[in-house]
Amino acid sequence: MANQILLEIVTPTKLVVSQEVDLATIPGADGVFGVMANHAPLIATLKSGEMRYATGGDSTRMAVSGGFCEVSSNNRITLLAESVERAEEIDIDRALRAKERAERRLAEADAHREKIDMARAQAALTRAMTRLRIAGHQT
Amino acid sequence: MPALKDIQLKIVGTKKTQQITKAMNMVAAAKLRGAQQRMEDFRPYAGKFASVMGELAGAGADPNAFPLMAVRDVKKSALLIITSDRGLCGAFNANLINAADKLLKGEKEKGRDTGLICVGKKGFDYFKRTAYQVLQSSTDIMANIQMANARQVGQEIIRMFLEGEVDEVKLLYGRFVSVGIQKPTIKPLLPIRPEGLSEKEEAESEGPKATYIFEPEPEYILNQLMPMYVNVQIMAAMLETGASEQASRMTAMDNATKACDDMIQELTLVYNKARQGAITGELMDIVGGAEALKG
Repeated sequence: MANQILLEIVTPTKLVVSQEVDLATIPGADGVFGVMANHAPLIATLKSGEMRYATGGDSTRMAVSGGFCEVSSNNRITLLAESVERAEEIDIDRALRAKERAERRLAEADAHREKIDMARAQAALTRAMTRLRIAGHQT
Repeated sequence: MPALKDIQLKIVGTKKTQQITKAMNMVAAAKLRGAQQRMEDFRPYAGKFASVMGELAGAGADPNAFPLMAVRDVKKSALLIITSDRGLCGAFNANLINAADKLLKGEKEKGRDTGLICVGKKGFDYFKRTAYQVLQSSTDIMANIQMANARQVGQEIIRMFLEGEVDEVKLLYGRFVSVGIQKPTIKPLLPIRPEGLSEKEEAESEGPKATYIFEPEPEYILNQLMPMYVNVQIMAAMLETGASEQASRMTAMDNATKACDDMIQELTLVYNKARQGAITGELMDIVGGAEALKG
């Protein structure tokens, strides 16, 4: 179809998604952006967050973290991420535990003024929060 | 001629050994399927990663601006050697260790000091007893290879490189050519070479070259991706070594099972001969006794 674009989401363990979509919304490092058919070639890094794609009337939400995305001239989006989870795959308990752990670390790192730990904990917290939001968990 | 009983015991023992080697062969075959699958699942990721890196490197970024690409005078280098955690896989680990030894000797002749980073128990067990310095080791991670393990190893290597503890890092792993062939292979890991990247890109790019929009600027993206690229390479090497290990074990155990077969056959022959000898001996005794009684 002319006004659709092929979306491929690849992680180290598998090809998660490979389908024609109308619109993909991707959390870029410089802000969220949308890609539709015949987009100009683009390479962007991602930050952990929520990505969405829509085909017809259906929209799917996913939690992605760490990676980048390439839109190539042959009407194709390739998204490489270290982890990708659909809403129904998210382990809410695990995310909750991760969130608590990250919050505790943040408090500790803050007390000791350790920059690296703080950045790491902050990233972990963002990941956990995204997962919870997408899984539809009320926080 | 050995006693009948002894030969019989030997045959029973060999049969038991054969059962074990047969079982190990089958387990290795099953594990090989899994390992091969994981390796193949990882390929599109690694391939795409390399091609985008090539794209970025081709975007006119100055390689000297990136700490991970900085080519320095090599005073101290490191070798990342990936072996298996477990033995009984033929000459697989020995081949890897030999290749490492050769490389280390060569470096020494050039007057370079080389340290080792061992992933997998077999390599570590060997090199900790040698005069070479083991900078770092991770064992017991080859049974279940995870991206997190590769990242850990990668982070440490990147830290050593950036802090100037080592000026060059090479990677040695068991490349999986086919089920029958596993080849110890050496690859440069750090500094990252831009020409290596663009080579790959040429091989994989299809159609006319497009000008990309970079978001944020290519330098920033490259800085983000380079450490990840190191991890990806380590991960790919670990997966290949894992698959090679199982393939090598499968072949080794198949050979062992065949050797058991040969041994059993030989032993059975000896046993039958000994049995016949014994029967003949007994008959001679009886006949001799009867003759003696006749007077």
